[in-house]
Amino acid sequence: MAGGMTYTAVDSTSLSTSEFYGKALIDLGRAHPEVVALTADLAKSTKIGEFQQEFPERFFNVGIAEQDMFGVAAGMARAGLVPFLSTFSIFASLRAADQLHTDLCYQNVNAKVIATHSGTSFGQAGSTHHAIVDLAVARSIPNLTVLCPADGYETYNAVMAAYNTFGPFYIRINRGFDRVLYKDFDYGFEIGKAVTVHEGTDITVIATGSCVFQALQAAEFLEKTDGLKVRVLNIHTIKPIDREAIIKAAVETRRIITAEDHNVLGGLGSAVAEVVVESGKGCAFKKLGLQDQFAPIGLHEDIMSIIGIDSNGIINAVRETMKMDFELDEDWDDEV
Amino acid sequence: MPLSKAEWLSLEKKADELRRLTLDTTFWAGSGHIGGGLSVLDILTVLYHKYMNIKVDQPKWEDRDRLILSKGHAGVAYAPLLCDLGFNDKEQLKTFNLTNSKMGIHLDSNKVVGVDASTGSLGHGLSIAVGTALAARVLKKDYKTFCILGDGECDEGANWEAAMTAAHFKVTNLISFVDRNKCMIDGRTEDIMNLEPFCDKWASFGFIVKEIDGNNIKEICEAVDFAYENKTDKPVMIVANTKKGCGIEFIEDDYRWHYGAFDEEKYEKAKVELDKTYKKRVERAEKEGA
Repeated sequence: MAGGMTYTAVDSTSLSTSEFYGKALIDLGRAHPEVVALTADLAKSTKIGEFQQEFPERFFNVGIAEQDMFGVAAGMARAGLVPFLSTFSIFASLRAADQLHTDLCYQNVNAKVIATHSGTSFGQAGSTHHAIVDLAVARSIPNLTVLCPADGYETYNAVMAAYNTFGPFYIRINRGFDRVLYKDFDYGFEIGKAVTVHEGTDITVIATGSCVFQALQAAEFLEKTDGLKVRVLNIHTIKPIDREAIIKAAVETRRIITAEDHNVLGGLGSAVAEVVVESGKGCAFKKLGLQDQFAPIGLHEDIMSIIGIDSNGIINAVRETMKMDFELDEDWDDEV
Repeated sequence: MPLSKAEWLSLEKKADELRRLTLDTTFWAGSGHIGGGLSVLDILTVLYHKYMNIKVDQPKWEDRDRLILSKGHAGVAYAPLLCDLGFNDKEQLKTFNLTNSKMGIHLDSNKVVGVDASTGSLGHGLSIAVGTALAARVLKKDYKTFCILGDGECDEGANWEAAMTAAHFKVTNLISFVDRNKCMIDGRTEDIMNLEPFCDKWASFGFIVKEIDGNNIKEICEAVDFAYENKTDKPVMIVANTKKGCGIEFIEDDYRWHYGAFDEEKYEKAKVELDKTYKKRVERAEKEGA
C-alpha cells in the first residue's frame, strides 16, 4: 500500500477524486523531474502519498502551515520547479489567501494549487471545513485559472492541463468519491470550454463540480417525465469562463439555472450572471447553491439535498423556471 | 573572504553613493520609506558588491545567487542599488512612485530587473527564500539564497512557520538577516509588540544566530563569512542591530521616519549629514582596517 493511501485502489473506477489527483501527480512526476509536491500535513487526506514514496526528495510536508507552504512553493516555482500544493480548499483560499494572491498570482508563478475537500464535501466536519467562498476568492484574483472538475476523470484531465499551461492554477476537488460522470478520459477536455453533457433546447442547467452529475440525472428524468429538453453544461473552468456557451444557452433556451456546491454569491452563478447581463440577452435566471448561509453538518449527499443542488432540487427548480413565459417580441413590460 | 582595508573603503564608498541615491529617490518621489531603507542599506551593499554571484547582463541566470528582501518597503533603497548595478536604467529612479512607473514602494519582480520576489506583504519573504533554497537542492545547484527580514515584520506568525521549515529541512544554503532597527510604524518594536529575547527565539527555532552591528561593513562581512563556513546542519540567522535612517543624524533611530518626506531644506541638510557620516565611516575603516 502506498505511503499516504488510506484505502487500496482496485481499479480506476473505484478511485476517489483525490486518488485521481494522486495518480495524475505521479504520472507527471515520472515524466517531469521539475514537478514537486507540497502539503501541509494532509498527504494522506489529499492522496499524494504515492508521490512521496516514489520521489521523497521532491516531496515537502511543511506541517500545519499553509501560508508557509504557498510561499515556499512560490520560491520553488521562480527557481524553475513546478510545485503542486495540496491542502483543503478552505485553507487554500482563505488561510493562505494573501500568499495565493501575492506570492503565486501577482508574481504569476507556475504553481498549481490542488484544493481538496471543496464545497460541503467534508460534510460532517462542519463549516470550519466547508469551502463555500473559495470560488469567489479564487476567481477574483488576476492571473489565476480556476478549475472545478466534475469527477475523477475530469480531475485527471484538469491536473494534466494545468501542468501543460504556464501560470498559477486553483483546482477545486471534492473529498471522497464523486459520482462518475464520464466513461473515460477522452471527451475533449479543454480549459475554458464548457462540455455539453446533455443536449436541450427548453432550459439550460449550468453546473460545476459535483452538481454536474446531479444536473445530468435531473435532465434525463425530466426528459422522461415532463418531456423537457434540458441542456446541461459542465463548466469545469470557472475562470476563464466559456462566455460563448453561456450566451448561446441564454439565446437558445432563454432559461438558465446554475448549480454549485458553494455560496451563490461570487461563485459559478455570479460568473454566469455577469456574462448574461453583459451580453444584453435577457433570460429567466435562478442560482442554486447555498443562499448566503452556512451549511448544516451531515453527509455530503444529504447537504446537497438540503440546499437543493441534488437532482431533486434541480428538477424542482427546472419545473419552477419553466413556468416563466417569454415572448419573442421586443416588449419587455409583459415579461416575467 | 576576509575584508581588506581597500575593500572596506571601496564598500564604504559604494554605500555612501547608494545612501545619496536613496535620499535622492525619496526626494524625487516626494516621500518614501527612507528610515528602513537606510538601516538595511549596508547589508544590501555588502551582499551585492562583495558576495553575491550574479550577472547583470543575464538577470535570470539560473545559477545566480538570490536575495529575497522580505521587508519589501525598503524598495526605496533597493531600487537605487539595482539601478546602480546596471539592472535597470538609473533614470527610472526619477519616476519612483509616479503613476505608471515601473518602480513603486514595493518592487515588482516582474517589472524591476534583478528583483527575485515581489514582497511588501510582510511575513512572506522567509517562506519564499526557503522555497528558493530548497529548489537549489532539488535542481542540484549550488547557488545561495539570502533573505532580509525587518524586525517589526517578525510579529507576523508566518515567519515562524518559515523558520520551522528552514530548520526542519536543514536549509543551510539559505543565509538570513533581520534588520533589527527596533522601530515600526507606530513606535519602538519593544513598545508595540515585544520581540525580545529575539536572538533566543531564532536559536530555539533551530538557527545558528550571529548578532552584529548591521551598519558596520566589517561586521557584516564577518557574519557572512561565518555563514559561508557553517558546516552544521542548521541555517544561519544574522540579527543585525541597525539604526533606522542610518547616516542622516536628524532622522536616525526615530520611528516617525518609517515613512517620510524631505522638503528642499531638509534635503540639503540631509546631504550635509551624509558627508559627515561618510567621513566618519572612512576614518573607522582607515583605523580598524587591515
